[in-house]
Amino acid sequence: MSENIKKKQIDRRWIFLLLFISVALPLIFVIGFPIETTENARLVYGLIEQTPKGSKVIISFDYDPASKPELHPMGKALMKHCFDRDIKVIVTALWPMGVQMAEDIYSDLKDNYPDKKYGEDYVNMGYKAGGIVTIQAMGKNFRDIFPQDMNGTSIDELPILDGINNFDNLGFVFALSAGDPGIKQWVQIAHDTFGRPVSGGVTGVSAPAVIPYVNQQQQLIGLLAGLKGAAEYELLTKTPGTATKGMDAQSVAHLIIIIFIIMGNINYWRNKKAEKKGVE
Amino acid sequence: MEHFFSVLGIWLGVLFTFAIFSFLYKDNPVYKVAEQIFVGLSAGYWFVYTIYFILIPNLFDPLINDFAGNWIKLIPAVLGIMMLMRLMPKTGWVSRFPIALVIGTTSGVFFLRYLKSDVINQLTATMMNPFTGGDWVVIIGQIMLIVGTLTGVIYFYFSKKHEGAFGATAKVGIYFLMISFGAAFGYTAMARISLLIGRLQFLLGDWLGIISP
Repeated sequence: MSENIKKKQIDRRWIFLLLFISVALPLIFVIGFPIETTENARLVYGLIEQTPKGSKVIISFDYDPASKPELHPMGKALMKHCFDRDIKVIVTALWPMGVQMAEDIYSDLKDNYPDKKYGEDYVNMGYKAGGIVTIQAMGKNFRDIFPQDMNGTSIDELPILDGINNFDNLGFVFALSAGDPGIKQWVQIAHDTFGRPVSGGVTGVSAPAVIPYVNQQQQLIGLLAGLKGAAEYELLTKTPGTATKGMDAQSVAHLIIIIFIIMGNINYWRNKKAEKKGVE
Repeated sequence: MEHFFSVLGIWLGVLFTFAIFSFLYKDNPVYKVAEQIFVGLSAGYWFVYTIYFILIPNLFDPLINDFAGNWIKLIPAVLGIMMLMRLMPKTGWVSRFPIALVIGTTSGVFFLRYLKSDVINQLTATMMNPFTGGDWVVIIGQIMLIVGTLTGVIYFYFSKKHEGAFGATAKVGIYFLMISFGAAFGYTAMARISLLIGRLQFLLGDWLGIISP
């Protein structure tokens, strides 16, 4: 690249500043762009709606605060949906900080659900190292892997876990996943080995690698991808939260990025043409 | 007291957020301090977490409470100690045995799992009648899935020169690949903006109280 072209480039700090402003302003002054739901989000919603009341499900919190803006709203909307449908939630975590993420959501929700009791309608089994090997062992003997919950209460004293010896009596597994170990391992073991329905929510970065699992084989039943997926789910469950609030900012920021990509390409072609003319 | 620590936490969060953001202007000592504190805290947190949430409940407690029933856990414990030998140059070679075991086991487990989930099941999902499904959008999508898979695989077949009909098919494959790269970039852009939104929701909501958190 010639020095001439370099001189014509915008200082990238202006782009950063513009993006910062374009994200901040829509958060303060709400525009209210419409949010359309996709088939993948509707499949997730349908899975929870079709799960019989009183069923027990695993929600695996496989993320940490670095992915909180994308995955936390999904987790909150999902747990709320499960409580509304009277589905009992067993929380596991393949990431250490996932335990706190789940607790954060439960402490936010529990005041709105005074009838839901810890140990009967919700339990947090804590973190287990090992990734795929741990999931495989859970499928063989859940009680061996989680002999107690995160507070040290024996599994035998937790009514929610009565009859849970492996994946057999579970309605479905839902993985909130920011990477490895995460949703891929749940698909490989819980669905492809033990034949249980698996669904999930992932960060935008990992979505392209996970979406192919939503196929005719139903390796995944729907998928919530990134902040947009979270906003779609909030819309479906009629519980607008941080994801819905963030979608205006997301749309404006994307518009700015698209404008800069077009500007960059126009500039590229103009410079190329000018260089060609210079050589001739 | 609880309120004080809550407010202190928010202010520390704000301070470190701005310190990290300052790198966007240019590299500076404030950013470096924040970065080093983050690295140090993470390492310390992981060290303590490993001891209290992995080693004590999975190794020390079972061995102390029921040694006869859990003696087998001594094997991974010894392998773990052998791994730590890597820290000393003279005994570093000992760590090769547990590493070999981990690599061997992992590749064995992963080979089977990935073959089933990522090859057989994915291929099976592509073997369908694309004209079923009713909706024309679904039919087009299914045709695209089959064409994209076939042409994409052909692009990665390098034992025949990419020319003639074969070359044209491979070229279609690369267009599909380019579109998928574009989609991946779009998702990445969305993810990064989402993180910025998360930080700004913290700054404008939790800190300044301009928006509801």
